[in-house]
Amino acid sequence: MTAHRTMEAATTVVVRIPSPLRSYTAGAAEVEVAIPVLAPELPPTLAGVLAAVEQQHRGLRFRIVDEQGKVRPHIKLFVGLEATRDLATPVPAGQDVMIVAALSGG
Amino acid sequence: MPRANAAPARPGVTLLVATRKGLWTLRSDAKRRDWAIAGPQFLGHNVHHAVADPRDARVVLAAARTGHLGPTIFRSRDGGRKFAEAGTPPAFRQGGGRTVDHTFWLTPGHASQPGTWYAGTSPQGLFRSTDGGATWTGVEGFNEHPQRRAWCGGDQDGTPDGPKLHSILVDPRDADHLYIAMSSGGVFESIDGGAGWRPLNRGVRADFMPDPDPEYGHDPHCVRFAGGNPDRLYQQNHCGIFRLDRPGAVWTDIGAPMPKTVGYVGFPLVAHPTDPNTLWICPMDGTDVWPRVSPGGKPAVYRSRNGGKRWQRLAEGFPQAQAWWTIKRQAMTSDRGDPVGLYLGTTSGEVWASRDEGDSWRCVARNLPAIQAVEVG
Repeated sequence: MTAHRTMEAATTVVVRIPSPLRSYTAGAAEVEVAIPVLAPELPPTLAGVLAAVEQQHRGLRFRIVDEQGKVRPHIKLFVGLEATRDLATPVPAGQDVMIVAALSGG
Repeated sequence: MPRANAAPARPGVTLLVATRKGLWTLRSDAKRRDWAIAGPQFLGHNVHHAVADPRDARVVLAAARTGHLGPTIFRSRDGGRKFAEAGTPPAFRQGGGRTVDHTFWLTPGHASQPGTWYAGTSPQGLFRSTDGGATWTGVEGFNEHPQRRAWCGGDQDGTPDGPKLHSILVDPRDADHLYIAMSSGGVFESIDGGAGWRPLNRGVRADFMPDPDPEYGHDPHCVRFAGGNPDRLYQQNHCGIFRLDRPGAVWTDIGAPMPKTVGYVGFPLVAHPTDPNTLWICPMDGTDVWPRVSPGGKPAVYRSRNGGKRWQRLAEGFPQAQAWWTIKRQAMTSDRGDPVGLYLGTTSGEVWASRDEGDSWRCVARNLPAIQAVEVG
């Protein structure tokens, strides 16, 4: 997998998409987004990654992040193997982002 | 009035049946005798309301909150065959701290404003689209009103699945004259297109409050215009059934004549499309811990032909015992036939129809998911 390969002015991040959101990605289970790199020591954040996903797949972000910028209750986000609800979390080089619809419902 | 390019009217009735797991469509023959079911659309999506546009028969809007995912609105421009998602669904102002949990209610705007729609949300918010449902903005005269918090209470107050703004009514004579109702909060009126609002609850009991006659804080379940007379409003409330004749501002209790063993609590209220004195309600058990099921397990619709002075029990065709139905506030409606057809959907997944103004009923669909709304398409 070619996660997070640095280019001249942007880096790419692989984002893994759960099945409830694949209507936004034409069925794709993962998408790759390009993130501008302002400086080598400043990795992109989760917020930046989701903004880039939204650019390519309109409407997806609002289904998982509310209008106050909070991750919705039954959604989990992982950067690499670490779960987070903080959109300021850095996404270091080589780490995938995974969106998880929590195992709940009925 | 349909536009010239609206789809030609088909004989019979189309029902949009919104459920907790998707949207189904029922279509009848011209006599409203035989019904065919189609769907599902949005399988697995929690569809709170699906409404066809009386101004343009091609347009259908559906409000959905999908399991783990946030709330949105889908819109169709081909009579409900294909849907596209709104580019900007209803959402509160960023930085304001409030979050739309789901869009609960949809109302087409005034006939003179073809692209306008209103949406009511949980927690209580009012939103408007002027482009046929593609983009939505808050009606800030309400959402940002300095009294809003006092009127509505906290976002955790109210009904178990969240407090709701519903029963958005647009005066057919005046696009700027609006009514809304909130559970909880009460009924409010605007005469300037939503810029300003005032409570309209005098005469309505609120016996769950410290002051049983407050200015606001009531729990209306459903408010409708009387057919053919927008100066008359009917209200099914947590604490009774009421009628308001404008320009009066004090509601009249019309629930008192209901049988004591049945009570006057329910969710839906349907007004006859043309006769301002005829309406139907569907009582739910409001005793004890508020079971909200058919009283005694015996479903019945009650009809008044005289504005609520007297009520008649209608149950021919319904199960006679051990039928514990819950019928939500959007899940009962009428067509404009002669005689008027009535339709209701239960949370146990059945659709029942009457083609004789409620005198007799027949089950026309069963085994659906919990039904949240039934509207004529």
